[in-house]
Amino acid sequence: MKSNHLEVSQVSIEFPTRNGPFKALDRVSLSIAKGEFVSLIGHSGCGKSTVLNIVAGLHRATEGGVILNGREVDQPGPDRAVVFQNHSLLPWLTAYENVALAVRQVFKGRKNRKEMDDWIKHNLQLVHMEHAMDKRPAEISGGMKQRVGIARALAMEPEVLLMDEPFGALDALTRAHMQDSLLEIHARLGNTVIMITHDVDESVLLSDRIVMMTNGPAATIGEILQVDLPRPRDRLELADDPHYNHLRAEVVRFLHERHGRKVVTPFAAKAQDSAADTANLAAGGV
Amino acid sequence: MTTKIMRLNNFTRHLPPTKNWQLLWQKTMQRERVRWLLTDFAVPALALLLFLGLWNSVASHIDTSLGKLPGPAQVWEQAGKLLQEHTQERDKEKAFYQRQEERNARLQAEDPTAEIKVRAYTGKPTFFDQIFTSIVTVLSGFALATLFAIPIGIVCGLSSVIYRAINPLIQIFKPVSPLAWLPIVTMVVSALYVSDDPLLAKSYVNSAITVTLCCVWPTIINTTVGVATIDNDLINVSRVLRLGWFTKVYKIVLPSSVPLMFAGLRVSLGIGWMVLIAAEMLAQNPGLGKFVWDEFQNGSSDSLARIIVAVLAIGFIGFLLDRAMLMLQKYVTWDPKAVVR
Repeated sequence: MKSNHLEVSQVSIEFPTRNGPFKALDRVSLSIAKGEFVSLIGHSGCGKSTVLNIVAGLHRATEGGVILNGREVDQPGPDRAVVFQNHSLLPWLTAYENVALAVRQVFKGRKNRKEMDDWIKHNLQLVHMEHAMDKRPAEISGGMKQRVGIARALAMEPEVLLMDEPFGALDALTRAHMQDSLLEIHARLGNTVIMITHDVDESVLLSDRIVMMTNGPAATIGEILQVDLPRPRDRLELADDPHYNHLRAEVVRFLHERHGRKVVTPFAAKAQDSAADTANLAAGGV
Repeated sequence: MTTKIMRLNNFTRHLPPTKNWQLLWQKTMQRERVRWLLTDFAVPALALLLFLGLWNSVASHIDTSLGKLPGPAQVWEQAGKLLQEHTQERDKEKAFYQRQEERNARLQAEDPTAEIKVRAYTGKPTFFDQIFTSIVTVLSGFALATLFAIPIGIVCGLSSVIYRAINPLIQIFKPVSPLAWLPIVTMVVSALYVSDDPLLAKSYVNSAITVTLCCVWPTIINTTVGVATIDNDLINVSRVLRLGWFTKVYKIVLPSSVPLMFAGLRVSLGIGWMVLIAAEMLAQNPGLGKFVWDEFQNGSSDSLARIIVAVLAIGFIGFLLDRAMLMLQKYVTWDPKAVVR
């Protein structure tokens, strides 16, 4: 592994609740090299988003911390651009203006008006959205909104791109398109990416490493899977690739068996249900 | 294609047989027009006629000390008279200025060093002058209220501490009647606004400030809600971008709360217009309120009809003000799903 670019070190976080503090994360440690694509996968509520938010600086860890290029992260900033799950574009601005808001803030005094305009358009081109740059979010589809969200994040020239289930709300076909776009962009720009996902195929297709998290409370990293598939990757070729399928099975196995909730196969579920029914009947009531 | 036509034929079987689609199209269009005439025009018109009839029959049975309660006919007559008085007054004014100009010209011709006096015409304000005064007054009061309400609302929406501090005051002052405010406003204005040659009449200032005091509240409350309910992800966007406080407010908070803010402004203007009439009655600001009061004190046999003209004018102007605000609200609402009406 190359020098430590981003270091998540012994991060724990507690949230105050009515019944005392709730420990969401317990000593999460992870170090990520420059240009690496890392996926966080795990069951809902296992604290994946919390990890991402701590790296983004939107949450502060109770213990431990995050170090980026040798400096501790203590507040949000454009060097850790976030692509939010529900795109979070400003609905009253066009696609162009949404990206422009970020560019004007980040490159204030470093680029002139013309350079900014070029840079905004360049980033919209990168996500293939130049044709709809004068449209408002309500006028474009979910996938297009997410593209603009990615363009906005990329336009900040971030050290790390943080993506919180970026394609979770999209239909399968659009999602596949977006994944291909992301592969292409990552190949071109070589950003460091941390992406949260629920989608096993997505994680294997895109990542260099898959970080699998145990269930909360006090969630932590259960296992890390190295995805050593050569790049560039092609989803159609990989579909029949035994190694790809092996890696995929590894993730599924982790989620379903080792650190996931006890997963019941449909058949077993039925058997269990009927067993429960029998028990209920025996107890004299349903 | 053929099945489609057949289906259409099935559908239109009950219509007179026609092979001419254009004709059929015209017929349906005609039917549309008939339906439009019925629903959008006939129904409201009928209701209006019914109302006028009811008014007429009920009014003729009510005897007041100023004669019978006027029906629509008398009110219509007085409306005409008010318009006539207005044109007469304008003619008189024109004539006055013409006389003055002629006299001054003559004086100057006789003696170039003569002192020339130019006096403003001081006729009594007509009904339409009073309408104009009322609109100016309500808009000034409303503008002043907006000037206070929006910043207060933004601050309350952004900080729950400030909201908790200010909320009890809002809740207590919100229901206070303009009639209760006016004496206090009058005394404070007389104490503070001391000038030998006041630029603004005190009655105008009193009325406008009373309007302000009564119509700040809906805008404050709505702006607060609009700002407080802003999508947390948008706030996170501003945090990631490290926008400064003012940029955040200007670029993200304000636009996102603008629809609710304008809904509040619309309610505020409605309240302001309602309050204004009462304020003008007491403050003797020469607007519609004073018109109603003067007619009431005047007590001629025409007074009640003239007051009803004023009532209708107040209603109609209130409606126009609301429409204007609605158009503004529609213009600034960015959410195409929001139903604004």
